[in-house]
Amino acid sequence: MSIDLKTVKHISKLARISIDDEKANKLKGDLNNIFEFIEKLNELNTDNVQALTSIAETTLRFRKDEIKSENIREKILKNSPEENKDFFVVPKVVE
Amino acid sequence: MSDITSQSLFELTSNIKEKKLSSEEITKAFIDRAEKSKKLNVYVTDNFEKAIDQSKKFDSNLNFDLKLPGIPIAVKDLFCTNGVRTTAGSKILNNFVPTYESTVTQNLWSQGAILLGKLNCDEFAMGSSNETSFFGNVQNPVGENLVPGGSSGGSSAAVAANLTPVTIGTDTGGSIRQPASFTGTVGLKPTYGSCSRYGIVAFASSLDQAGPMTKNVRDCSMLLEVISSFDQKDSTSIDYKRNCYSKELSKDIKGKKIGIPKEYRVDNMPDEIEQLWKNGISYAKDCGAEIIDISLPHTNYALPTYYIVAPAEASSNLARYDGVKYGFRSPGQNLIEMYEKTRSEGFGDEVKRRIMIGTYVLSSGYYDAYYLKAQKVRQLIKKDFDDAFSKVDAILTPSTPSSAFKIGEKTNDPVSMYLNDIFTVPINLAGLPGISIPAGKDKNNYPLGLQVIGKPFDEQNILNISYALEDKINFKNDISDWWLSE
Repeated sequence: MSIDLKTVKHISKLARISIDDEKANKLKGDLNNIFEFIEKLNELNTDNVQALTSIAETTLRFRKDEIKSENIREKILKNSPEENKDFFVVPKVVE
Repeated sequence: MSDITSQSLFELTSNIKEKKLSSEEITKAFIDRAEKSKKLNVYVTDNFEKAIDQSKKFDSNLNFDLKLPGIPIAVKDLFCTNGVRTTAGSKILNNFVPTYESTVTQNLWSQGAILLGKLNCDEFAMGSSNETSFFGNVQNPVGENLVPGGSSGGSSAAVAANLTPVTIGTDTGGSIRQPASFTGTVGLKPTYGSCSRYGIVAFASSLDQAGPMTKNVRDCSMLLEVISSFDQKDSTSIDYKRNCYSKELSKDIKGKKIGIPKEYRVDNMPDEIEQLWKNGISYAKDCGAEIIDISLPHTNYALPTYYIVAPAEASSNLARYDGVKYGFRSPGQNLIEMYEKTRSEGFGDEVKRRIMIGTYVLSSGYYDAYYLKAQKVRQLIKKDFDDAFSKVDAILTPSTPSSAFKIGEKTNDPVSMYLNDIFTVPINLAGLPGISIPAGKDKNNYPLGLQVIGKPFDEQNILNISYALEDKINFKNDISDWWLSE
């Protein structure tokens, strides 16, 4: 199978990465080469194989549901791209 | 006493404890050398001023119970360091200053180590040559215009060039072991769940592990002992009794069964690597190990599996870089445009490629054909190792299919770049520990490595085998300091 330009544009939209036509064409070539390489997996019959879901054979731990009341508001906002001490600022969403 | 910066961690620690050297002397020696080594481009961010302050503080309040007493250490720029910029080699994190510390680096500082600075790496650890870094490529101290491997390329170069006594890297598909092999240094990827992933910029969460990169095997055991710990903050951290790796280090590997997988004899492998492997086998025999031929039949499927699983996880992990809460933002007319421009301008080409692959294999209609298929093949690859480890204690292979290549040689062909990791990727897929040790040189005098793979949590065993082999191999990394400026 091969990935066409329309598919590349569709994936870029899903991935929220804008690309121009020149980049899209270059990516189309790269992705097709990579997928040609990946297709090798189809040689294998995996009908009766259980998919691996966790490499560390442990179950997830439970922890106590407790409040650790560290005030980290300032820390969280510290790297905010637009200066504001109370909120994250984004472009207007509601007209 | 030999020059400070060329000493091993073991020597430096002993010299500090015997008061032959102060932390300040050591720290300043590494900083002086770094100032003359800018050509290598190993540092993204230095912490030199603070490091000197901290070394003075250590010297005025000596504590020799610590495992890294006043030892300056530079780390890969993928570990979040509280108050020190952490970029992951990306423009999108160019201005990111964490307000918390990764568990692995915290373990270093808790044992007395001092942060020298943050080392260059491939962007989000995606690369095998350090050429995808937003901060430029790194020179391999072994030779001019040679890649240091990747993604922990700044780390491997810094250890080989005596710019840090030891360092820590991360390894998702070979990112510790391949650069170690390319620079004539030692690099160990621990068992998945051994070192906490908390505070490490995530690439592929089911594969990522932090690990030591050092000049020799003993240093490697000393550093692993410090960084490996159970951590509540990482849900995949495993609670088991960790060894005192350096105390239990032994060259006695008599009777150990070492497997040689025939599938690692790949097409077009240079004769010198075949020879290197043969030498390794005969050294292991000399040490009293028993050599057993084994088969890992799905080896050839590991790379294609990896290039589905890793990008899929990466596309999910990297969804967080949207310009809203931290990092680079490119303004847009509306929210969606801001996301798309931020990610388009903030990520480099290789990262975008992998996000696109990951998004595609997880997208509606393709999930079963790619992602689920890959997770099934991953099960088969893991089973290969389970079967092999019912017969042997460890597995010996080459670390890489070639020595270091020239800068720019493989940048236009992603697949040929990916093939670098052919011997290292299966180990991540199976969650096993693996170590690369320098084992010889090719016709250009570039280092080549051998890899020892172990059972889960059996780091002690692969360290011991490596320790025994290291002694027989007696590798000398004669680096000429060609890059030094006055």
